[in-house]
Amino acid sequence: MASTRPYIPVANPDTQAFWDGAGRGELMLQRCVVCQAFRHPPSPICHNCLSNKHEWLKASGRGTVFTFVVVRQAPARGWGDRVPYVVAVVALEEGPHYLTNIVGIAPEAVTIGMPVEVMFEELDGTTKLPVFRPR
Amino acid sequence: MTNISGQFAIVGIGDSDVGRDLGRSAMDLKLQAITRALADSGLEKNAIDGVLTRPSRSEPQFNFSAVLAGRLGIEPRFVSDIALGGASSASMVLNAVGALAAGLCTTVLCVNGDAQTSHGNRRGRLTNWIEDFESAYGMIGAPASYGLPARRHMHEYGTTSRQFGAIAVAARKHASLNPNATFRTPITLEDHQASRFIAEPFHLLDCCPVTDGAGAVIITSAERARDMAKMPIYLLGLGQHNTHAEVQYSGSMTSPAMRLASRRAYNMAGLEPQDIDFANLYDCFTYVVLVTLEDYGFCKKGEGGPFVEGGRIEIGGELPVNTGGGLLSQAHSSGFLHITETARQLRGVCGVRQVKDAEVGIVSGQCGVTGINACLILGNHRN
Repeated sequence: MASTRPYIPVANPDTQAFWDGAGRGELMLQRCVVCQAFRHPPSPICHNCLSNKHEWLKASGRGTVFTFVVVRQAPARGWGDRVPYVVAVVALEEGPHYLTNIVGIAPEAVTIGMPVEVMFEELDGTTKLPVFRPR
Repeated sequence: MTNISGQFAIVGIGDSDVGRDLGRSAMDLKLQAITRALADSGLEKNAIDGVLTRPSRSEPQFNFSAVLAGRLGIEPRFVSDIALGGASSASMVLNAVGALAAGLCTTVLCVNGDAQTSHGNRRGRLTNWIEDFESAYGMIGAPASYGLPARRHMHEYGTTSRQFGAIAVAARKHASLNPNATFRTPITLEDHQASRFIAEPFHLLDCCPVTDGAGAVIITSAERARDMAKMPIYLLGLGQHNTHAEVQYSGSMTSPAMRLASRRAYNMAGLEPQDIDFANLYDCFTYVVLVTLEDYGFCKKGEGGPFVEGGRIEIGGELPVNTGGGLLSQAHSSGFLHITETARQLRGVCGVRQVKDAEVGIVSGQCGVTGINACLILGNHRN
């Protein structure tokens, strides 16, 4: 079922592989082929060694909640029927942080350090959004 | 004034590939030009401690100089976006020399460019791909983004919502003493706790309201200032730092740009935190005041919560904070009223809210969800 989310991402040359992966149900991360550092968000060069050579790898999809907020007042038109919802930073097993929503749990039950795993929410029939649930 | 003619030079040069429909982002082209300029100079990336740029028309972005620094994996002491259309490139060089001459940094990267034929602004609205990783998740507006480090601080140090509340109560008390403030009715900690949640952990009274207002100052040489009608207020120390533009990816989420920005200002002024009589600190949210007090050195890291309790930050307390009411209760004005309030306190003209024997005040301006900080130390006599 398509989501009611009012915001649909649009891929650009730097993010195409990420959103293509999400469409397949895979959380993709860039890794520098020179220094092996993982990175997110997608970038044309490595923040560590500045190399522009990278590969896209499928992440494990596992991580832990690093911090979060519970949004209780809709911040813009279109979000009113979603509140309350959880905006969280998940520390991925590979290292990078990923900003996301925690779903499948009451907002009051979310805690820092909670183990979570990725799942994908369909937005408009073609675009899928990585979100996380408890594991 | 010292003549700076011939005192500064370009030491690295880089162009990106150019053309039409390259299929590459403006970010990609800028980063290519930067890496080529770095290679040309022979400098390591960490030698760059200043970044001046302009957001791309095809990829509009707040705080773009700091975003670019993040992509380079550097934490400069000076970042600024120069948005002056066709004059922006030359103006970057001019501003770079200004920053170098002022000693704000030592090595400045200036970069400009765009990719309007390749992917343009296809959305028909002013937004960009970085927002795809935020707005799609409903992280829209400031309360959610500032709530992330606030919650993390509570987790790491045991900071409480009531401690955030003490900051709101003090700001409102000071606004009640300021005839030119928007919200002047005093509030209690209980009012703070009872106010509805906006983005938990933030209650309504943790968030500065949207208000109108503006401030201005005129700055000249100390020599000329002697002949002016009113008491001059001296700029004793200036410091800036940048740790991030996107807080969610920050490796130092609860110890952000304030520490090094203030350290540079203290060093320039030859002063230390114990020499400061009062503080006017950017307070879009209560948490920001708390973390600024810690990283400006007024208490130990993690002890901002206990520090703000018991009236310590109210006028008459050990360190009056946000003496005009701040963004929380006076007006937003992008923090400019923290500067005018500090100068008035130092002139001793603040009437019922005057800080007794005020000689030195400190000002914090910040953005990038605590990742970009500018610190000013002002005094009513020269050191």
